[in-house]
Amino acid sequence: MPCVEAKGLRKAYGAAIALDGVDLRVEEGRILGIIGPNGAGKSTALNAMLGLTPYQGELKVLGRDPWTQRDQLMRDVCFIADVAVLPRWMRVSQALDYVAGVHPRFDRAKAEGFLDKTQIKRSSRVRELSKGMVTQLHLALIMAIDARLLVLDEPTLGLDLLYRKAFYDSLLNDYFDHSRTIIVTTHQVEEIQHILTDVMFINRGRIVLNTSMEAFEARYAEVMARPEHVAAARALGPIHERQVFGRSILLFDSVARDHLAPLGEVRTPSIADLFVAVIGAAA
Amino acid sequence: MTPRLLYWSVRRELWENRSVYIAPLAAACVFLFGFVISATRLPDARRALLALDAARQSSGAVMPYHLAAATLLLTGVIVAMFYCLGALHNERRDRSILFWKSLPVSDLTTVLSKAAIPLAIMPAVVFVVVVAMQLVMLILTTVILLANGVSITTPGTQVPLFEMTLTMLYGLVTLTLWYAPVWGWLLLVSGWAKRAPFLWAVLPPLAVCLVEKIAFDSGNFASMLANRLSGGFSEAFSEATPHAHRKGFELQDLDPIKFFSGPGLWVGLALAIAFLATAVWLRRRREPI
Repeated sequence: MPCVEAKGLRKAYGAAIALDGVDLRVEEGRILGIIGPNGAGKSTALNAMLGLTPYQGELKVLGRDPWTQRDQLMRDVCFIADVAVLPRWMRVSQALDYVAGVHPRFDRAKAEGFLDKTQIKRSSRVRELSKGMVTQLHLALIMAIDARLLVLDEPTLGLDLLYRKAFYDSLLNDYFDHSRTIIVTTHQVEEIQHILTDVMFINRGRIVLNTSMEAFEARYAEVMARPEHVAAARALGPIHERQVFGRSILLFDSVARDHLAPLGEVRTPSIADLFVAVIGAAA
Repeated sequence: MTPRLLYWSVRRELWENRSVYIAPLAAACVFLFGFVISATRLPDARRALLALDAARQSSGAVMPYHLAAATLLLTGVIVAMFYCLGALHNERRDRSILFWKSLPVSDLTTVLSKAAIPLAIMPAVVFVVVVAMQLVMLILTTVILLANGVSITTPGTQVPLFEMTLTMLYGLVTLTLWYAPVWGWLLLVSGWAKRAPFLWAVLPPLAVCLVEKIAFDSGNFASMLANRLSGGFSEAFSEATPHAHRKGFELQDLDPIKFFSGPGLWVGLALAIAFLATAVWLRRRREPI
């Protein structure tokens, strides 16, 4: 059973179309990054998967209909939708008590263990914590839940570099194993490229690119062309060209690396560069 | 929905809304503060009372106890009103609804846990606080009178604490049931309004009254509203005691047959269920504001 399966997923807010017939299949054990410009439909897609918004089309998450079975689904699914959603009046100890009270798969000792590694006091209220600490608290709660799918919507928005790095490190080292699935959206693409197994570009409610990272590395290549080879490189049909320190960097789709090697230094492009090439060109 | 989820959801409400028990306690403290000051005049007042006939004696002796109950009842109603208006509004405004919805608690459980505050928790808090207050008042009165050598055994000045407690329990239960559609309506508006839930709760019913008055020169809706807001006690009690001697409701005034057989209660309860069902429906659809 796939973790998430969508067919013809549509969602419109009045005349604005947020999702325009999305077909999607996420297998168990993957870490999928959904990348797209603001307003592309990323959050709408995630909200639909989490049962937070109604939609048209077919959608199954862990075999359930998220809109009608949200509460059962949430035993197996966790999400951090935005760093600011923990209620500000709540004490850290109350958050632990409450989640332990309502969630059958919450391991309180594990959450306490994560919190012990931070500066967070049990008696503090959420409003007294820094933004980074609120995220640490939320992550400690979420990671102590034995869930099958974790959804992160801009989880590190507004955090400094150290917190962002620690966030993804603990996610990868303390949480992820290959029976779990993670779906993440973020604008800080460079920071998550190395943890993803799959990447999806979404623009104007449609999927523009959907590939595993192995396929991504096999398919896309970037050449920093030597000046005398730039014309030859352009003849091979790059999908994008940019200038860095006066050198041309050309991005190719499905061109064998053997052909590119004589023209200059060949490497795998970053997701961010490909994003600019694919989405920037369409914009 | 399991009892466990409901239990934790109600506890959560009490963590967030401490006014549910702090306000009645504060009102009780203020009342008792006033009562203690008045107690300095108590020996003289009681001697004057003993000179009157039995009916007036009784009226004067129990009046403070009725006043205590009425104070707490009013506090409870006001706090519950503001609680309901915020219950499904605040979680959308501070976006914490996304956190609550990330946990395996259904919208039905959530709305029921919020409805439980005015329907169960608040009456229980008021009951306990009033009983405690009345006990304190009784003990204080007895001690002061004894210390000043004033008789405490005159039959007319006995305080029927047990009967008063039973009457209050009945009054609380009937008032809570009578007000159920009010709580339901406030919760519904709280879950629906994007801003100013208080205005949305109050102005539309007033607008209906106004339109009815202008269009048909009648006041059916207005009198229905007035009956709902202030008619609870006249449905639940009958005036067995002659009016001149009334000092508050007494045990012989209880009229459960009239209350439970009247259509007003059942129509109200049906409305309350409809309002709450709509609130559940809204909670599923509404997004953070």
